[in-house]
Amino acid sequence: MHRISLSVSALLLSLLITSCNSESKNESNNNYPIKEVTEGIYYHQGIHQDASEENIGAIANVGFIIGEHCVAVIDSGGSYLEGTYLRQAITEKTDLPVCYVINSHVHPDHIFGNAAFKDDNPEFIGNEKLPAAIAARQGFFAKTFKETLGAAYKGTEFISPTRTVSVGDPITLDLGNRKLILTAYPTSHTDNDLTVFDQKTKTLWTGDLLFMERIPVLDGSINGWLSTMQQLKKLDLNYVVPGHGTASDDLWQQGFENQIRYFTTIHDEIRVIVDNLGTIKEATETVGITEQNSWELFPNYHRRNVTSSFVQLEWE
Amino acid sequence: MFNRILSLLTASLALAFISAPASAVTPTEPLWPTLKVEYFGDRAESILEDADDWLTIEAPKRAEDAAIVPITIKSTLKPTADKYIKNIHFIIDNNPEPYSANFHLSPDLGLVDISTRMRVDQYTYVRAIAEMNDGSLHMVSRFVKASGGCSAPAGKDAAAALARLGKMQIRMRKPTIGEPVTAQVIVSHPNYNGLQFDQATRRYIREHRVTNMTISYNDKELISVDTGISVSEDPSIRFTFTPTEAGILKADVKDSKDQEFTQQKEIM
Repeated sequence: MHRISLSVSALLLSLLITSCNSESKNESNNNYPIKEVTEGIYYHQGIHQDASEENIGAIANVGFIIGEHCVAVIDSGGSYLEGTYLRQAITEKTDLPVCYVINSHVHPDHIFGNAAFKDDNPEFIGNEKLPAAIAARQGFFAKTFKETLGAAYKGTEFISPTRTVSVGDPITLDLGNRKLILTAYPTSHTDNDLTVFDQKTKTLWTGDLLFMERIPVLDGSINGWLSTMQQLKKLDLNYVVPGHGTASDDLWQQGFENQIRYFTTIHDEIRVIVDNLGTIKEATETVGITEQNSWELFPNYHRRNVTSSFVQLEWE
Repeated sequence: MFNRILSLLTASLALAFISAPASAVTPTEPLWPTLKVEYFGDRAESILEDADDWLTIEAPKRAEDAAIVPITIKSTLKPTADKYIKNIHFIIDNNPEPYSANFHLSPDLGLVDISTRMRVDQYTYVRAIAEMNDGSLHMVSRFVKASGGCSAPAGKDAAAALARLGKMQIRMRKPTIGEPVTAQVIVSHPNYNGLQFDQATRRYIREHRVTNMTISYNDKELISVDTGISVSEDPSIRFTFTPTEAGILKADVKDSKDQEFTQQKEIM
């Protein structure tokens, strides 16, 4: 009798402890909501704002794919703090270790959480030009974002990939009965873009090769990116996780069409101005006005896109 | 003006202000009083700030892209044999190397209307100081909000930039002899400013920049600009001149590795 009641109390006690833990897990879930894309694929949707201390830099889509042996993280967040939330979110879904942290490209909202995964001792993977891109921008990013992110920046480290992917030479990773294909691209959004394709579900993580809802930002080549968009929109895919905006099975093709329309408009209107020996100022004042209601944060980034495109198209 | 020691001194002076607040806001101590003595010595106190009615700088109040800030300098002063602009000194107070460009001008150029693109590193005053043939100095200035133009990485596509290095274009609308025409000279060049730190090699990427662009018509120099590290990648000079006869417009570019590039265009 005595022994049975002890085990019953032990059982009750462990149940109590477990339920307390579940409660705290649910709380953290509410602060950092995770959405399921499809079987074993999860992401946190970034908010359409500029990075700040309040939003802890969580402005991009970051997430993970669970295999039978381990987990791949795709983009680690816009701050060390966000990286810890993402790591926590993984723990809530599985006990498996993180074996890969894949960075789609160099921008802070996609790489600043890398250090939060160090304890997993993962392989960090990116486009072959990512190490140089990080090295070139590190100083500027550190100075700027320490200020922008405030307390959320603490713990942020610049961790370069130890394995890289070259254009024309995709690599395959196996998470345990789950193969991922990583593909590098010629200069598009940046000069170091990478996508992740899950064979099991035909899900493509595009990184910032696709922006939905939020205005795309050009930090690479307008013509290169247009060419890549045309390529990607034709792929046979069931799900797409864009770099910014809502993951879906049915909206992504229109997403690419919208982006193609935006950059083609900029391209064609600038072309006319450049051919007539017009100025950057004229271009920023007149180009792409028809797009102004189609994108969040348009006033923050559109004229910069026009300026970058202008100087590129002078050499087209 | 681009003496290495001088620019290092200036850089350390500027850095003293940059590292303290570490923000895009103007340092609280204005640098101009120090800079004008550094660049103009005894003549510093004689700089007249009265040129507003005949000299203008056009620059965005807030730059869209700090690495590509369009700047236009215009003068409504019709040059005569007695009175003409010899030089225009262009200074960006809060840049690592504030002395940004020296435009040597020929009176044959006529009314000055010159545009280029600069990197702006911090919120700052930009200044154009016209030096007349009689040595007098006249200044106009504007405040520009931009940051990161010098320390942000060199280019969006380093490989493409290097592949194109030295290519030049002279572009202009169809000219008519005797009429003013706007022309643009651009040279493809990364203009590495020597301030971009490569964490991989733990060294600064060596400076490799355009040092001079000289534009001449029928072998008579119109504009010769000495450029510093503030000039944007793919330096561009846009200007207006009046061809009084048919001839060849020629542009010669020199860079810090003693490379030379040239391009010309016929005007008929």
